[in-house]
Amino acid sequence: MAKNMSEYKVDTEKLHKLGDYMDSLERGEGELINILREAQEIFGYLPQDVQLFIARKMGIPAAKVFGVATFYSFFTMEPRGKHVISVCMGTACFVKAADKVLDEFRSRLKIVNGNTSEDGMYTVDTVRCIGACGLAPVILVNGKVYGRVKPEDVATILEDIETDENMHSEVGLQQ
Amino acid sequence: MSNFRMDLLVCGGTGCQSTDSFELAEKLNAEIKAAKLQDEVRVVLTGCFGFCEQGPIVKVMPDNIFYVRVSPDQAALLVKEHIQKGRVVQELLYEEPETKQKLDEQSDMPFYKKQNRIALKNCGLIDPENINEYIAVDGYQALGKVLTTMSPAEVIEEIKKSGLRGRGGGGFPTGLKWEYTKKSDADIKFIICNADEGDPGAFMDRSILEGDPHSVIEAMAIAGYAIGAQKGYVYIRAEYPLAIHRLKIAVEQAYELGLLGKNILGTDFGFDIYLKYGAGAFVCGEETALINSLEGGRGEPTVKPPFPAEIGLWKKPTSINNVETFANICPIILNGADWFKSIGTEKSAGTKVFALAGKINNVGLVEVPMGTTLREIIFDLGGGIKDDRKFKAVQTGGPSGGCIPEQYLDTHIDYDTLGEIGSMMGSGGMIVMDEDNCMVNIAKFYLEFTVDESCGRCTACRVGNKRLLEILTHITEGEAEMETLERLKDLSQIIKDSSLCGLGQTSPNPILSTMKYFWDEYVAHVKNKNCPAGVCTKLLKYHIDPEKCKGCTLCAKACPAGIISGKVKEAHVIDKEACIKCGACEKICKFGAVLRK
Repeated sequence: MAKNMSEYKVDTEKLHKLGDYMDSLERGEGELINILREAQEIFGYLPQDVQLFIARKMGIPAAKVFGVATFYSFFTMEPRGKHVISVCMGTACFVKAADKVLDEFRSRLKIVNGNTSEDGMYTVDTVRCIGACGLAPVILVNGKVYGRVKPEDVATILEDIETDENMHSEVGLQQ
Repeated sequence: MSNFRMDLLVCGGTGCQSTDSFELAEKLNAEIKAAKLQDEVRVVLTGCFGFCEQGPIVKVMPDNIFYVRVSPDQAALLVKEHIQKGRVVQELLYEEPETKQKLDEQSDMPFYKKQNRIALKNCGLIDPENINEYIAVDGYQALGKVLTTMSPAEVIEEIKKSGLRGRGGGGFPTGLKWEYTKKSDADIKFIICNADEGDPGAFMDRSILEGDPHSVIEAMAIAGYAIGAQKGYVYIRAEYPLAIHRLKIAVEQAYELGLLGKNILGTDFGFDIYLKYGAGAFVCGEETALINSLEGGRGEPTVKPPFPAEIGLWKKPTSINNVETFANICPIILNGADWFKSIGTEKSAGTKVFALAGKINNVGLVEVPMGTTLREIIFDLGGGIKDDRKFKAVQTGGPSGGCIPEQYLDTHIDYDTLGEIGSMMGSGGMIVMDEDNCMVNIAKFYLEFTVDESCGRCTACRVGNKRLLEILTHITEGEAEMETLERLKDLSQIIKDSSLCGLGQTSPNPILSTMKYFWDEYVAHVKNKNCPAGVCTKLLKYHIDPEKCKGCTLCAKACPAGIISGKVKEAHVIDKEACIKCGACEKICKFGAVLRK
């Protein structure tokens, strides 16, 4: 049963956007993964209410939506940090000490529980092989690939992100 | 249209892209324009050359000069010296590590010498975003030949005769799979291209899709014709954005030229291709799981039989083939089954692409005839072990495979021989390990992966693998007894015997193979509480060599536990009982005085 959009505790505008996307698709459960993908693109993650919205609009049990959302590592139910650092944990990277790089990021950003720093600025997670094994160990910083990363490089990489951040906020002020 | 006298082929694969090859291409273009040569020389972004270790790669044609590790800053040098003055830029050539000789041609390099590129033939040669370049190298001729001169049964017969086996790992004969699907009676059938390359450390499918996407599209259409399907899906990993981008372009271009869609090449045959993205689940590489995922559900495997050839996508007969398998189809159609069968071994025809990675000098993609020895691949093509360390093992087959020790380096590898020595072909990942890798820790790494990726359907796999991981953790932390090793073996066997799909049936393989070949290392962890490779943190013992220590006090200051004592200019001492084994002292010592055992 469809509910009024305002009853969901999420941004209504974003919900409309998701609804429009769903309307543009052919009906059928086959589209569920694509819809969740789009929802995560819009909201940044998959809040419970968004999953409920999708289930009701598709006319399928919320359990099914939840089941799919939890099955795939691509989907997340927690908000992500502003900057996402993903350390590749493919075998090639692992044998070249990617786990040490991961530890270094986590300890420098003081991430103890979960994957996101307390201030919500950084998410550090792992990805499965991105296929750039020639450059192992590899990390992704906001989608950009950095190759041959050593634990010693972590400090510099974080500084680079901060410098970028400051530059952007200055530009923002000028506008 | 201009007639270019020279092409600069710049590698645009993911590996080189992350060492700034796109920026390099832009700079080259700018330099060419500045020299007013834009009507004579052009820059082409190609697919992966395979020699990722030496990226970014620039190949100058027709001069046939192969430049390596070209940074964007060197674009001006290359244009000025090579293009304007006609001189080969020596400093950008590949140097053969042993002879220190500079090599300018690709075919002279040990890395390429023993290769026979069939699936990768166009990677690094053509612009993957331009269908005309594919057509110029006989692209879509195989589809033309099939549609105009062969019956579906003849196509299947040819593929069967060629002896091509599935390159995704299973090694099932491709022709037979097509035949079974063709024989299933149904109004609608499907072709699926499995591009969910989940095996960590393997990247051949990605390279093929990035470098030669049309070879896969053409082969899918041929498969469709052979089995009587009008629709094909490519199920591709979302982690491969560049491959998705190029595949989308290729599909669009094929539609524009009437090579997809209705009435292909003026015949009655029509074929459509759709892209579907995986959302990150290793188990979706398994056929039935992949189908469930394509249908929008959880990617859990189902019981076989019925096989997808009978009941597949949307309950219709479906043939699922891997990317590399498809890449072999067009050459077989054009050159004949006998040609293909003449390459490789008796039971495994053709070539196989391997992804070399880990502690090896020449990381990259190689394609060699089946039956090549591991030693040839690792030491001749791969250039041996990094930093002159000693070879310990090579892992093939990903999380389902095993670790192969030195005594089997001369094995002629194909599907069957790899199985005999306790590993498997898998999709072709080959991770080389040296003496600094702890084999117990490697087994633990794979189990962490499997525990994460188990879909949870079978209890043996869901719970059993978790227990295996706990046992391995105990071993690496020095909390295991010899009986524990027995339990590890027993439980491994139980999981293998009682899981539904390939994931659970093979997940204990990394443990069983390392126990078989590196039993001493397990014993060292359990009995001596010692990690011979110096990897397992909890078993490490740090101490300071009094001979080397200068008494600079840096380590004492760095120690977070404050358990290093000693006076200035005197040898320092670590309190081994209180040591938390963080390694901070080793990291900071400038004299190499902190030893780890």
